[in-house]
Amino acid sequence: MFSVADTTGAKITQMLSAILLFVAIMGVILFLAGRVSGRRSDRAVAFAYLAPTVIMLAVGLIYPGVRTIYQSFFNAAGNAFIGLDNYTTIFSDADQLTVLRNTVFWVIVTPFVATGVGLLYAVLVDKARLESVAKALIFLPMAISFVGASIIWRFVYEFRPNQGNVKQIGLLNQVLVWLGGEPQQWLIESPLNTFLLIVVMIWIQAGFAMTVLSAAIKAIPDDIIEAARLDGVTAFGMFRFVTLPSIRPAVVVVLTTISIATLKVFDIVQTMTGGRFNTSVVANEFYSQSFRSDNQGLGAALAVVLFLMVVPIVVYNIRQLRASEAR
Amino acid sequence: MSATSAPITTTPPVTPPPVSASAKAKKRLTSPWASLAALVLAVLWTLPTFGLLISSFRPQRDIRTSGWWTFFSDPEFTMDNYREVLGSDSSGGLGDFFVNSFIITIPSVIIPLTLASLAAYAFAWIKFPGRDLLFVAVFALQIVPIQVTLIPLLTLYVDAGIAGTFWPIWLSHSIFALPLAVFLLHNFMKEIPSTLLEAARVDGAGHISIFFKVLLPLLRPALAAFGIFQFLWVWNDLLVALTFAGGGGTVAPITVALANLSGTRGTAWHLLSAGAFVSIVVPVTIFLLLQRYFVRGLLAGSVKG
Repeated sequence: MFSVADTTGAKITQMLSAILLFVAIMGVILFLAGRVSGRRSDRAVAFAYLAPTVIMLAVGLIYPGVRTIYQSFFNAAGNAFIGLDNYTTIFSDADQLTVLRNTVFWVIVTPFVATGVGLLYAVLVDKARLESVAKALIFLPMAISFVGASIIWRFVYEFRPNQGNVKQIGLLNQVLVWLGGEPQQWLIESPLNTFLLIVVMIWIQAGFAMTVLSAAIKAIPDDIIEAARLDGVTAFGMFRFVTLPSIRPAVVVVLTTISIATLKVFDIVQTMTGGRFNTSVVANEFYSQSFRSDNQGLGAALAVVLFLMVVPIVVYNIRQLRASEAR
Repeated sequence: MSATSAPITTTPPVTPPPVSASAKAKKRLTSPWASLAALVLAVLWTLPTFGLLISSFRPQRDIRTSGWWTFFSDPEFTMDNYREVLGSDSSGGLGDFFVNSFIITIPSVIIPLTLASLAAYAFAWIKFPGRDLLFVAVFALQIVPIQVTLIPLLTLYVDAGIAGTFWPIWLSHSIFALPLAVFLLHNFMKEIPSTLLEAARVDGAGHISIFFKVLLPLLRPALAAFGIFQFLWVWNDLLVALTFAGGGGTVAPITVALANLSGTRGTAWHLLSAGAFVSIVVPVTIFLLLQRYFVRGLLAGSVKG
C-alpha cells in the first residue's frame, strides 16, 4: 500500500485504498468523539475535528518553514554554519542580481498590464451583446496550466533560421517576416526574453482581473451612472470620475493578488527557458539551486527571500479586503 | 478570499437602466470603436491557443515545415499525434502521466476538503479555549510560500520510506490546501443562521449529526467552489509534482511530462501540441461545465500558493 505502484490497475487500487484508509481513520475519530459525554464533550469533539488539520499543518508547514530558515544560514552541503553568507550572495553575486532584477521586472510589469487589460476589456464588453462569450474567451487561459500556457507561447515565439526556403512556424516571426523584418531568436536575447515570458503571465492573469473588475463595475448603483449621464458626462469622463473611483478597492485587490502570484511564478520560466539566457527569477532560482546545483543553503535562503517579499503584499491585501468588507 | 468581498457571478441578471436620448446618441458614437477594440483583444487572446490546437491535428512533417496558418489553404488532418501522445511511456507517449494526473488529483481534493470542513465546523460552532488564536494561526499560514517547505518535507518523506510513491504528493497537496480551505469554509459556515443549529440541538442532535445532516447539505456550493479550485490547482501544478515525483512515468503527472518534453525535445511540436491539449481538455471541460462555481473558487483561492 505504501510501495510503488507501476501498472494502471495497481495505481487505481492504491488510490482507492488510500481513500478508504482515510475514511476509516476519520470514522474512528468521529466515533470516539461521539462517545464522550458530559460537560467536556464539546471540547472532545472540537479536539477530534481539529487534531488532523493542526497536526498536518504543524508537521507540513510550520516545521519545514522553520527548518528552511535555519538551513539558510548553512553552506551548500548543509553541514557548516556560515551566517548570512547566502544572503550576501543573493544581493551581491552577478547572476543572483540578474535574478533579482528579473523578479522586479516581473512584479512591476505583470500586475499593472494585466489589470489594465482586464479593466479595459471589462469596460468594453460591459452590457455588450454576447458578453458572457466574450468574457469566457479572455478568461479561458486561467483554466489552462502554466505549463500548457508556456507551450502555447513557446510555439508563438518559435524561430527558424532565415535561409533558403525555410518557412517560419512561429506566429511572431512570421508576422515580422510579413512586415519585411528578420526573424529573431526571441527567447535568447536578454532582457527582452524576460518580457516575452511576462507576456505569458499577463495572458493568464488578465482574465482574472477582468472577472473581478467586471463584477465590481456591475455593482455600481445605476442611479449614480444615470445622474452622471444626465449631467452630460462623456464616455471617458464617466470612466474617470464614476467607474474608476467606485471600483478602486477591487482594483487594489486585483493588483496585489496578481503581484503575489507573480512573485511565486516558477512553471513559466521552467517550461519556457529553464531559467537559462538570464531569465531566472527567485522562485525558479530556488528550484535550480536546491535541486540542480545541490546548493541547499542558497536554495533555502532564496525561499526565505521569496517569503519575505510576499509577506508585506499579503498583509496589505488582507487589510484592503477587510476595509472593503467593512464598507 | 475575494469571494467574501463582493457577490460575484459571471452572468448577473442585468436590467439595463432607462437610456435617455442623449445617452443613446453617445452610445452609438463610441460603440463601434469599443467593439473593435474588444474584438482585437479577444483575437489576440485566442490566437495563440488556436494556433497550437490547429497544429495538433496536422501531420508531423507539416508542423515542422510550415506555419499553422497554411492549414487553411492546404488542409491536411490527422489524429496520429494524439494516438502517439496517448500511448504508453515506453513508446514515448504520455498516457501513463495522464493516468497519474487523475490518481494524484482525486485524493488531493477529497482529503483536504473533508479535514477542512470538520475543522471549520469546530472553529465556527464549538466554543473551546484558545479558539480565536488557533483560527488566526491557521489563517496566517496562508502566507507561507510552498517553496519554503519543500526540502524539509522531502527529507521527512524519505525518512518515512514513502518517497517516490503517490503518498508525498497526496499529503503535500492536502497540507498546502488546508489553511485556505479552513478559512473559506469557516466564513461560509458562519453565515448559516445559528437558530437552525439551535433547533437541531434542541431536537437532541449531537455535533456529528448536526454536521452531517444539517450543515453538509447547506455547504454544498462552498464545497463545490473550493473542490473545483483545488482540483485545478492540483491538476495544473508543476512544482510539487516535480519535487516529489521525479520525472518517470510511475508517479509524475502530465504537467511534469510536458515540462520535461519541452526541455529535452523542445522541437517535437507534434507531441507538445497534442500533449498540451490532452492536459488542457480536463480543466477546460470543468470550466465550461461548472463556470459559476469555478469563478467563485478561483477568486477565493487567488492568494494561495
